[in-house]
Amino acid sequence: MPQFDDVHQQAYSSTLGMWLFLVTEVMFFGGLIAAYTVYRARWPEEFAAASRHLLWPVGFVNTIVLLGSSLAMALAVRAAHLGRDRETVRWLVATMVLGTAFLGIKATEYYIDYRENLIPGASFRVPAEGHGEAGAGHGGETAASLDPGHFQMFFVLYFFMTGLHAFHMIVGITLVGIFAYLVRTKWFSGHGGTQVEVIGLYWHFVDVVWVFLYPLLYLIDIRP
Amino acid sequence: MSNEEDYLQEYTLRSWLLTTDHKRVGLLYMASITLFFFVGGAAATVMRLELMTPKGDVLGSPDAYNRLFTMHGVIMIFFFLVPSIPAVLGNFLLPLMIGARDLAFPKLNLLSWYVYMTGGLIGIWILLFGGVDTGWTFYTPFSTMFSNTMVVTAALAVFITGFSSILTGLNFIVTVHTMRAPGMTWFRLPLFVWSHYATSLVMVLGTPVLAITVMLVALERLFHIGIFDPKLGGDPILFQHLFWFYSHPAVYIMVLPGMAVISEIVPCFSRRPIFGYRFIAGSSMAIAIFGFLVWGHHMFVSGQSMYAGMVFSIISFLVAIPSAIKVFNWTTTMYKGAVWLDTPMLYALGFIGLFTIGGLTGLMLASLGVDVHVHDTYFVVAHFHYIMVGGAVMAYLGGIHFWWPKMTGRMYPEIWGKLSALIVFVGFNLTFFPQFILGYLGMPRRYYEYSPEFQVLNVMSTAGASILAVGYVMPLVYLLLSLRQPAYAGPNPWGATGLEWQTDSPPPVHNFHDMPVVTAEPYDYSPEAFQEEHDHAVSHASR
Repeated sequence: MPQFDDVHQQAYSSTLGMWLFLVTEVMFFGGLIAAYTVYRARWPEEFAAASRHLLWPVGFVNTIVLLGSSLAMALAVRAAHLGRDRETVRWLVATMVLGTAFLGIKATEYYIDYRENLIPGASFRVPAEGHGEAGAGHGGETAASLDPGHFQMFFVLYFFMTGLHAFHMIVGITLVGIFAYLVRTKWFSGHGGTQVEVIGLYWHFVDVVWVFLYPLLYLIDIRP
Repeated sequence: MSNEEDYLQEYTLRSWLLTTDHKRVGLLYMASITLFFFVGGAAATVMRLELMTPKGDVLGSPDAYNRLFTMHGVIMIFFFLVPSIPAVLGNFLLPLMIGARDLAFPKLNLLSWYVYMTGGLIGIWILLFGGVDTGWTFYTPFSTMFSNTMVVTAALAVFITGFSSILTGLNFIVTVHTMRAPGMTWFRLPLFVWSHYATSLVMVLGTPVLAITVMLVALERLFHIGIFDPKLGGDPILFQHLFWFYSHPAVYIMVLPGMAVISEIVPCFSRRPIFGYRFIAGSSMAIAIFGFLVWGHHMFVSGQSMYAGMVFSIISFLVAIPSAIKVFNWTTTMYKGAVWLDTPMLYALGFIGLFTIGGLTGLMLASLGVDVHVHDTYFVVAHFHYIMVGGAVMAYLGGIHFWWPKMTGRMYPEIWGKLSALIVFVGFNLTFFPQFILGYLGMPRRYYEYSPEFQVLNVMSTAGASILAVGYVMPLVYLLLSLRQPAYAGPNPWGATGLEWQTDSPPPVHNFHDMPVVTAEPYDYSPEAFQEEHDHAVSHASR
C-alpha cells in the first residue's frame, strides 16, 4: 500500500471508508423507509391488515438466526485481532451458514406468499382475512372495505425492502466466503484483523437493517 | 532537477487504463468529461437554432425536441456538471494540496472512472438509439406510465453514474481525514479542500436517495407496481420529494467545487491572504447542510401544503447567507489588493458576477408568490443556467487555466486565454439574460413553438449561444496546442502558495520528492512582493 505511511493509517482509512459506505447505505434504505412511512401514515388500516398476512413467527426465527450470525461475526473479528487464523475461519464459516439459513427461510416465506397470490402485479389478490386470527373484532373492517391498491402497496414495499435486504445478504455471504479463504491462505499481511473488522461492519449493518425491517413490516398490528 | 520520473512519462494505453495514480485518473476524467460537455453543448446549439423562430422548423417534430432537451439536461447534469470539478481538479489536486502521496483508495478511484464511463456510454447509446422525452427530472407519472421512450435505460445510466459520484466522495472524505501531511491541521487546509469536503458529504448523503428513486421509477415502469401511480394507490408527489431531496443538494455538488476554485484563484491574483478564511470554510459546510433542507422549493405548485411551502421558502432564503458570505469575502480580498487580470482571474471575476446574478434571482424564485408567477418559465431556465453554467463552468475553465501549468508543465498563450474568458462572459450573458425577460413575460420552458412576440429575445439568445460556443471551443484548441511545447512552466508560475506548487510541474509519480511538513498558515501572500512576482510569472508565460 504505497499511499499509506503505516498500518495504523491504513486501518483508520479502511474503517472510516466502510463507515462512510454504510452511511450511503442508510440513505439508500432511507428513501424506501421514507416512502413506507408516508404510505403507512396515510393508509393505516390497509397496512395493518396487509401486515397480518405476514408470518411474524417466521420473521422472529429469522431475526434470531441473523443475530446469531452477527455474534459469530463478532467472534471472528476478535479471533482475527488475536491472530488465531483457524478460529477466524471457523467463525466466518459459521457466519456464512447462519446467513444462508436466513436466506433459505426467507425464500420459503416468499414461496408461501406466492402461493397466496400476494406478489404485486396482475395476479395479486387481496386475501380474505384469516391468515392470522387478529382480523376479527378489530374495528370490524373487512377485506372488502379496504382499498386494494393501498393493500397492494404494502406488499410492494415489503418485497422491495426485504428483497433489497436479501440482496445485501447475498453480497455479504459472498464477501465473507472470500475473506475466509484469504485468511486461510494467509493472503493478508498480518492476520487480516483490519480486513475482517471492515467486513464485519458491513455484516452488522445488514443485520441492523433487518432489526428495523422486522417490526416495521411484521409487527405493525400484532396484539397479544 | 528531478531524479524521479514525472507522472506523464509512460505513454502506453495500458499504463493509462490501469493506472491508480490520482493525477492520471483526473486526466482520464478530463478527457471523457470534455467529450460529454461538447455532446451536451451540441444538443443545446440545435435547441437554440430551433427556438430562433416561433415555428418548429429545424427538428420537424415536438418529440424530437423533447428528446433533445432531455439529453442536453441528462448529459450536462449527470455526466458533466456533477463530476466536472471534483473528478478532474479534485482528483488531481486534493492529495497534492494536503501533502499526500495519493488518495486513500487509489483502486477505488480508478473504479469510479470505469463506473462513470459505463453510465456515460449508456447515456450516449440512448442518445443514438431512441432518446428519452421526460426531461432530466423523470417526473412521474409521465415517465412511468405514458412516455414510450427509453426511460428504464436512462434510469440505469443515472443509477450507475451515481455510484461513481459516491465512490469519489467517499474517497475524498477518507483522504482528508487520514492522509494529511504533518502540520496540515484542519484550519490550515486550503479552502479548495474544505469545499470538496463539503461537496463530498453531499454526494455521500444525497446520491443514494437518487439511486433508490430512479430504481423505483424503473421498477414501476417494468412491473406497474404502483408506487407513484395514483390509480394503483401510489402518489406522484412522493417521487418529487425523493427526487429533489437529491437533486436540490446536487446543485451544491455543482457549485461548491466552483467556489472552491474561486477561493484559490482570488487570493493568488490579488496577492493578499484570503479575507475571512474560517468564514469561507464554515460557509461551505453551512451550504452543504442547508442544501438538504430546501428541496420543497421545487414543489411550490405541486400541491404540497401551504405551510410546507412557507417553511421551504424561508429556509431557501437562508441559503443565501453562506453564499453571500463567500462573495463578500472574495471581493474584500480583492479590495486594496494588487489584482492581476490574468486568464484565471478573468474567469473568476466572471464567476462572481454571474453567480451573483444567479443567486439574486434565486431569492426571487424562493419567494412563494413570485415563484408561482414564473414557475416553469424561462426565468427558471435562466436562473439555473446562471448558477450552474455561469458558476460551475466559469470556475471549471478558470481552474483548468490556473492549474494547467501544474498538470502539464506547459503555459498556454495568455492573450488567447484572456480573449476566451471575455468571449465566454459576453456570450453567456447574451444567451441567458434575455431568457430572464422571456420568462418574466411568460414564455414557458420545454416548449417547441412559441408566440411570435417572443422572437426578438429568442434570436438574441441564439446569437449569444453561438458566441458562447466559440468561447468554449477556443480553450480546447489552444490548450491542446500548448502540449506541443516543452514543459517549461516551472513549479510555480503564479507565485502561489499551497503545497501543490512546491513540487515539480508536472508532479512526480508520488507527488513530492520529500514529504512536506506544513508550518505556515494558508494563503500567505504578501502584497509587497507582488510586482517582482508578476514579472517572474510573465517571464515564465512568455518562455
